[in-house]
Amino acid sequence: MDLVEVVESWGLKAGIPDFRPGDTVRVNVKIKEGDRFRIQAFEGVVISRRGSRARESFTVRKISFGYGVERIFPLHSLVIDSIEVVKKGRVRRAKLYYLRGRKGKAARLRETKKAE
Amino acid sequence: MSDSLIGIKVGMTQRFDSQGNVVSVTVIKAGPCVVTQRKTKEKDGYDAVQVGFVEGKKIKAVTHAMEGHFRKAGVPPAGILREFQYLNLADLKVGDQLLVGSLFKENDVVKVSGISKGHGFAGVVKRHGFRGGRATHGSMFHRAPGSIGASAFPSRVLPGMRAAGRMGNEKVTIRGLRVVAVDIENHLLLVNGVIPGRRGGYVIVSK
Repeated sequence: MDLVEVVESWGLKAGIPDFRPGDTVRVNVKIKEGDRFRIQAFEGVVISRRGSRARESFTVRKISFGYGVERIFPLHSLVIDSIEVVKKGRVRRAKLYYLRGRKGKAARLRETKKAE
Repeated sequence: MSDSLIGIKVGMTQRFDSQGNVVSVTVIKAGPCVVTQRKTKEKDGYDAVQVGFVEGKKIKAVTHAMEGHFRKAGVPPAGILREFQYLNLADLKVGDQLLVGSLFKENDVVKVSGISKGHGFAGVVKRHGFRGGRATHGSMFHRAPGSIGASAFPSRVLPGMRAAGRMGNEKVTIRGLRVVAVDIENHLLLVNGVIPGRRGGYVIVSK
């Protein structure tokens, strides 16, 4: 194995749920307040997943008070407390950047039928 | 007087520090190195050890003279030899192994030397960061160096004038790199930041 791959396989998080672009996820983010940590959820549609191993990251898009907000998380980031899959979406593309140009009803995604 | 190792630049990646920030790191396969010759004050006029880098692959094109040198030391041929003056120089003898785990630890500050990537005959924009001119709208000045001095006086170009020429492929040392992690099992050293040279190039890491 390539030695860079060896390094990138150190300290990968276990128990990350299986999710794909199109899915709606709730990312529980650790926020530091003084010397304590608080958990804040960021819920939205996964519009991209890129990279592999320690470098993997994903983008979550949500509409907040009428404005589109996107956050890019490193998948193995220590800032992420946990990830919950809320909905599975059926999409035909790996990157859902086309959602950026859509609003309201047009920005909906079909849900996958089969139960988890 | 420093603890050093020969290594190979493996590549770059990223890691998280304890606060969760992303740190860019360069992976170096540092060592194992083996002592091939002990230089002494009496015999050579100075104290040092010559070490070879154990790559774990067959070294081709070993001259007969060098073959004899390695046979005398009782070590397999190495592709690169360097002399160092280790802190525990007195205890080292021919055939001793030098490992990354015993020389470096996390948060050590090291310097890394290597041969930078060759850029060939490069112009002043690439080589010295000249700004160049406008590309369009009738500009007839693009990537040329411009004026290199006055005319009748001094009738020559002043020494040190920056001009086009060979760039890269020279020894570069980066100091003040922090050791992010040490992998004793795989002989890996992770330093924060970039180091000179191509992937697979030889580098010298020293404290």
